[in-house]
Amino acid sequence: MTIKLNDFLEKVNAEILTPDIDISGIEINNGYVSDMLSDVMGTAKEGQVWITIMRHMNTVAVASMTSIPCVLFAKGLKPDAAVIERACQEEVCLAVSDLQVFELAGILYRMLNL
Amino acid sequence: MAEYWNISPGLEAKAKAFLSAKPEADVNLDFEIGVKDFVNAGKGSAEVKNVLKRLGVDPVVLRRIAVASYEAEINVTAHSNGGIMHSYVYADLVYIRFEDKGPGIADIEQAMVPGWSTADELVREMGFGAGLGLPNIQKNSDLLHIESVAGGSTTLEIIIYYA
Repeated sequence: MTIKLNDFLEKVNAEILTPDIDISGIEINNGYVSDMLSDVMGTAKEGQVWITIMRHMNTVAVASMTSIPCVLFAKGLKPDAAVIERACQEEVCLAVSDLQVFELAGILYRMLNL
Repeated sequence: MAEYWNISPGLEAKAKAFLSAKPEADVNLDFEIGVKDFVNAGKGSAEVKNVLKRLGVDPVVLRRIAVASYEAEINVTAHSNGGIMHSYVYADLVYIRFEDKGPGIADIEQAMVPGWSTADELVREMGFGAGLGLPNIQKNSDLLHIESVAGGSTTLEIIIYYA
């Protein structure tokens, strides 16, 4: 099944860092959890939310190259303004939640009825 | 000199014929890649991806091209003394060649093994160095050719067909 990206982000009280990107039409069907960028590029797929604590500029590039619509940072870890700016250019939604990676993944897993 | 080839089954003759002919490309974009420049590395791949997106290349293929190209760009910035990314866009394929200024790959077969890496601490802090770069490039390209001189330069070429 798929759910609206917006519904998931609301459920985990995420702050959307790229409000100018219209995510109302984005549906997600899965998630991926990793902080190793090459692992993400080798395995993550379109339609997945990427949950990570890796906040470097490369995170945006990897999401863009891999066609991941949204990167969700756990533990309230916010990236720099420059990273957010790059994400806006690349049209990758960035969001941050105070919850931990395990909790975020668990909530998404449940919402997707996996 | 060490050499490595991997070509998708059924495309050997076609890809090798292309490489020996190397006709003039519709679009040619070159990018310089600096040493340990993790901020700018990736811009070349992003640019090529945008060109191909405008041409209407299928998103699944586009993703393969972007991943292979970006991994190769990261490899040059992470492991070499700098280099150049030459990209050539054709009606049916994209051909990208990365040339660096050394120091060469001591053992290419070893470098192809998933999980094996020579990355230093900085590269790992950047989220790379998992030993998955070359395997990811191979997985996503129709042709991968690496030529490396120990102590000298490395050239990595990829071809990806749109269909």
